[in-house]
Amino acid sequence: MKAENNEKPRISVKNLNFFYGKTRALKDINLDIAEKKVTAFIGPSGCGKSTLLRTFNRMYQLYPNQTATGAIMLDGENILDKGQDLNKLRAKIGMVFQKPTPFPMSIYDNITFGVKLYESLSKNDMNERVEWALQKAALWTEVKDKMNQSGMSLSGGQQQRLCIARAIAVKPEVLLLDEPTSALDPISTAHIEKLIDELKEDFTIAIVTHNMQQAARVSDFTAYMYLGDLIEFGETSTVFTNPKRKETEDYITGRFG
Amino acid sequence: MIDLYSRRRNANRAGLTLSILAMSFGLFWLVWILWTLLVNGLPYLTSTVFIQMTPPPGSSGGLFNAVFGSLLMTVFGTLIGTPIGILAGTYLAEFGQRGWLAPVTRFINDILLSAPSIVIGLFVYEVYVVQVKHFSGWAGTLTLAIIVIPIVIRTTENMLRLVPGTLREAAAALGAPQWKVINYVTLKAARAGIITGVMLAIARISGETAPLLFTALNNQFWSDNMNKPMANLPVVIFQFAMSPYSDWQHLAWAGALLITFSVLALNILARILFRQSATTH
Repeated sequence: MKAENNEKPRISVKNLNFFYGKTRALKDINLDIAEKKVTAFIGPSGCGKSTLLRTFNRMYQLYPNQTATGAIMLDGENILDKGQDLNKLRAKIGMVFQKPTPFPMSIYDNITFGVKLYESLSKNDMNERVEWALQKAALWTEVKDKMNQSGMSLSGGQQQRLCIARAIAVKPEVLLLDEPTSALDPISTAHIEKLIDELKEDFTIAIVTHNMQQAARVSDFTAYMYLGDLIEFGETSTVFTNPKRKETEDYITGRFG
Repeated sequence: MIDLYSRRRNANRAGLTLSILAMSFGLFWLVWILWTLLVNGLPYLTSTVFIQMTPPPGSSGGLFNAVFGSLLMTVFGTLIGTPIGILAGTYLAEFGQRGWLAPVTRFINDILLSAPSIVIGLFVYEVYVVQVKHFSGWAGTLTLAIIVIPIVIRTTENMLRLVPGTLREAAAALGAPQWKVINYVTLKAARAGIITGVMLAIARISGETAPLLFTALNNQFWSDNMNKPMANLPVVIFQFAMSPYSDWQHLAWAGALLITFSVLALNILARILFRQSATTH
């Protein structure tokens, strides 16, 4: 499904099918994710939106019996190719999860963990990178005096911003956000939504959310999914004000789901 | 309504009372054991115990060679068994989702875990002591290591499984290869539990008597040669306690007290260490 736009696609999904064992969870998905825009995936629980997100960095590969067929093109390469170097791929495609997942180490080390995997920076450069990432994630002022404290000592909202900082510190090209605010209070949510707005200047963002208002607020494009099908995909303003499909309208008006 | 409420409250009281009774019953024996140890052992736990060697009956002496031998074999047994246990446990928890090797290993480990220690002692006697034709400190060490391994495997696997999968995913999502995810994230997150397992294993082997009887045997004299029979507290306690000589019996009490409180101290130390590491990392 093409969104009506002239944006350059960053990721192109072609005829993607996904299976948990024998259960087909995604059915012939076709869509383009535009560069340096925010694309939101909405839909009721179990519709496959998280599953779709997890194919972009092949996170499903950690588990047995999960398979994907079709193609996901990034930089002219098929992500789903067997020969694909998963670690390099994941360095290019960052991900933030629903629950905050700080590593059991200091705030500073949480950020440097990913950076050290692919770059050897001097102490100074590394400090700059850490500050840059924390600034971007709007966490710097809150933690700059306690960089050696455990990342787990932060509050939930701070932990989530730490995870975002950690993801962008490696300077990925694409950022996947899997319900990043569903475990947070409204103030932290507002922080992170503002952050997403700023981050799209540098990154291509795909976000899964249960919160339709959030999708409407932060995204440029919205995809509505239901039971593994991509029902509607287009510019957010169009999808929300003038949906083409009845199912989409029912969902976003709250008549269903 | 009121009736239902008071019934629930009475049920709660009854449950609480039963729980407290059960706890007191268990604690009662523990306290009694400790008390008996203290009463019988403390008077004889003098400085000579730590300085002099095990004496012949009728003369004064200490337990120094036995303490030293026990320490040596426990330390080496732990040093050999722990890395093997942690590596194997890590394999089971982190790589064991696919294939047949992990379930088979887990099953065999469960058998090993519940094997009576005397059987392990007999095994080492057969494959090592009989081959080299003499008892030795190494044979005792080997036996203790074999006891350590399944305990550490089990606790390591269990503790790693408690680490949420999302943490692994988060590390993998940054592009970290699996060995780095395990080394720097999962093992670190499970550190406290794994060390507790090691401590449990140390506590277990420091009191083992039966397997040492067939392997390290005992030594009345000072020896730091691991290739020779080696004195150790459990066997000395066993031997001295069964003897008709009262000064030997006194030393046995002192030795029993020593082992018990060493294990207790070890556990307390471990707890203090974790409390610190949990707050600071």
